[in-house]
Amino acid sequence: MIKNLNFLGKPNRDKLNLFISIGSTLFLLGIVDVTLNSFFEINITSFLPKWINYFTPILFGFLGLYYLRIDFSGNIRLDSLNKNINSNWFNSLLTLLIIFALIQNIPPLLNWLFFDANFVGETKEECTGSGACWIFIKIWFPRLIYGLYPNAEIWRINLSFILLIASVISLFYLPQKLKKYMIIFLLFIFPFIMINLISGGNFGLKWVETIAWGGLSLTFIISIFALIFCFPIGMFLALGRRSSTPVTRYSSIGFIEFWRGVPLITVLFMASVMFPMFLPDGTYMDKLVRVIIAITLFEAAYMAEVIRGGLQALPKGQYDAGKSLGMGYWKLHLLVILPQALKLVIPGIANTFLALVKDTPLILVVGLLELVGMIDMAKTNPDWLGFATEGYVFAGIIFWIICFSMSRYSQSLERKYKTDR
Amino acid sequence: MDIKDTTKSFIGFFEGNSKLKKYLPQVLIVAFIVFIFGYFAYNAQVNMDNRGIDFGLRFLGEEASFDIQFSLIEYSGASTYARAYLVGLLNTILVASIGIVFATILGVVIGISRLSPNYLISKVAEIYIELFRNIPLLLQLFFWYFAALRALPLPIEAINFFDVAYLSVKGLYVPKFIWTNFSVFLYSLVAAIVAIVFVFKYARNQQEQTGRQIPSFFISIGMIVLFPFLTFLVGGVSLNFEYPKLTQLSETIFNFIGGVSIIPELMALAAALSLYTATFIAECVRAGIMGVGKGQKEAAASLGLTPAQILKLVVMPQALRIIIPPTTNQYLNLTKNSSLAAAIAYPDIVLVFAGTAMMQTGRAIEIVSITMLTYLSLSIAISIFMNWYNKKIAIKEK
Repeated sequence: MIKNLNFLGKPNRDKLNLFISIGSTLFLLGIVDVTLNSFFEINITSFLPKWINYFTPILFGFLGLYYLRIDFSGNIRLDSLNKNINSNWFNSLLTLLIIFALIQNIPPLLNWLFFDANFVGETKEECTGSGACWIFIKIWFPRLIYGLYPNAEIWRINLSFILLIASVISLFYLPQKLKKYMIIFLLFIFPFIMINLISGGNFGLKWVETIAWGGLSLTFIISIFALIFCFPIGMFLALGRRSSTPVTRYSSIGFIEFWRGVPLITVLFMASVMFPMFLPDGTYMDKLVRVIIAITLFEAAYMAEVIRGGLQALPKGQYDAGKSLGMGYWKLHLLVILPQALKLVIPGIANTFLALVKDTPLILVVGLLELVGMIDMAKTNPDWLGFATEGYVFAGIIFWIICFSMSRYSQSLERKYKTDR
Repeated sequence: MDIKDTTKSFIGFFEGNSKLKKYLPQVLIVAFIVFIFGYFAYNAQVNMDNRGIDFGLRFLGEEASFDIQFSLIEYSGASTYARAYLVGLLNTILVASIGIVFATILGVVIGISRLSPNYLISKVAEIYIELFRNIPLLLQLFFWYFAALRALPLPIEAINFFDVAYLSVKGLYVPKFIWTNFSVFLYSLVAAIVAIVFVFKYARNQQEQTGRQIPSFFISIGMIVLFPFLTFLVGGVSLNFEYPKLTQLSETIFNFIGGVSIIPELMALAAALSLYTATFIAECVRAGIMGVGKGQKEAAASLGLTPAQILKLVVMPQALRIIIPPTTNQYLNLTKNSSLAAAIAYPDIVLVFAGTAMMQTGRAIEIVSITMLTYLSLSIAISIFMNWYNKKIAIKEK
């Protein structure tokens, strides 16, 4: 159809400048049309019938891109443009639709997020602009991060996380010899320091009940403890699943498949309402502890499958070589198999941890309030009704930054260890 | 003697004694499992005796006396707990199936777009994947339910789709299908599917024996349209629609009456589940298509196959083998994630059974076990089906 209408002939490089000027004029006309339509409510083509009028930007843009599609034009920029976004009529149509959708949606979004948003003030009444009310987040920020933890004691949470971050960073700079001790400190000593600091009760620190813990710090507390505990359990399960003795193997398989087959929410229900029935009469276990145990067992099953993948990927020669040196089962696994297998699955472990962090908001169904739960509480506060969107967008941005950086880090690890073998 | 020597002699004792080494761990594991279960069972027995509860499933026959907002089968407060369980289970299956269908469609489209030569399209697909994959599902669910769907207009100014369907803050109202002689229509569909299976078998036989190709795809499309259409003409089947109508319930309250209402909880849950899972499926699809070597396509082309044949006979069978196992995992995850419904009060099995029913009866052990077993069986059913399908399309090496 276009060929018949096209009196200039197929675009070619003989009349390069003519085609480029016609094409880019039409293309720009299309963009201007969309922009005027969506932001200034001016319709430059209103003299046309209504049904054509609606499609004019697409029509202009489509024709413009058609004239710009010059094979081997000799202009490097035009060639790469054509190759990337304008290789045939279908591609050019998709390109136009995406550009128009971006033009229509990005400015309102930016307006809501920044330009019309309210940053200054203390109360809901000061949110006068049409955009987001970030005052809500500003006022609730300490609650969103620390939950209902007493304000005077917040330094304890800060201190324990600073300690954690400092020791993790120091891992990268310490000499190889000291690294071992740092890892032992992180895995075996640090958890107790953290628990003591945050819950208090001794060393002159005020006792803070776990019901007051919450916010983003609770997300990290649960993730860190679950990760530390689920790792050894997962390792034993993975070894058990590959064991040659039937009892070990089938009990490991049963355990793993059970936890992998049920949703986390039912596991949490189990921890909060069913587990107390299994304890001796009169004993009480803190809800947070029960939840951490439940999440640990749940994630251990996934961890076991990840580690099993690493064990399976090792060539059989490694086992044979170890055995021929006279190594027993534990010696063989601890010194030869596991160090290699774990190195192979570091990205998988990172992904499991990522899933763990993304799963923690679920604890709100059993009444523990981490970041998402705190926002749920804040948005139902009578003084601050109607800011659900701001709250969720804020939590989304926080989680996105955490998860995206973690997934990028795991990808870089994957690349790093791929070249080693 | 320092600790190193002690461990050495300890390990040496086990390694020297092969029979002990073989059986001792197994006996210990069995003893541990028996001990844990026995201890828990004993405590549970004591606790239940103290509270005067007896263990058993008899409560399932008692009257539930609570209402469920949305149900696929007949249900009222007078129904039993077993009926309430069934309502919850069907609602779970409903939302999981909707989620799987939409997630698959969206995932395939996004996965292919991610590989598009068009820079803008692949970038948009990448941004979509990175955005939705890295935000917790619960947060997305809350966003759709509490922020996006609450922003919809009231029923009186509902968004109107051609006077047929209406979208408002109360949910989506679509026309209800009213069939006469629906069973005849159903039988004709079954007959068409059986006939199509035979056509495909015949076509394959013909091709293997004589090399003649039968356009079985077009024949089967014709059949699946023609058979049910015939029932409208001669089988006495007819179809009417009941359209939703805006009705004034009181002075200020308007709502739609008639038609089928799709509640906002279901919409939010289906949207969140499919948008979230689609990102993972898209990555599986991308990996699958990239996993088919370029040489395969070139070899097929040099044999004289048409592009459509290359896609159907060479690329897809190989790509599917890579795509299906991880996609199965995603379907399983989606089904398990549908339990998040409880957080926005969509009446799925967790909310109805592990929530309301448990609050009323106080039978934590029975109800949580039944709920877990249900999910376990759903997971096993899906994985058995997908294993069967995977085996069917796997390369049969001779």
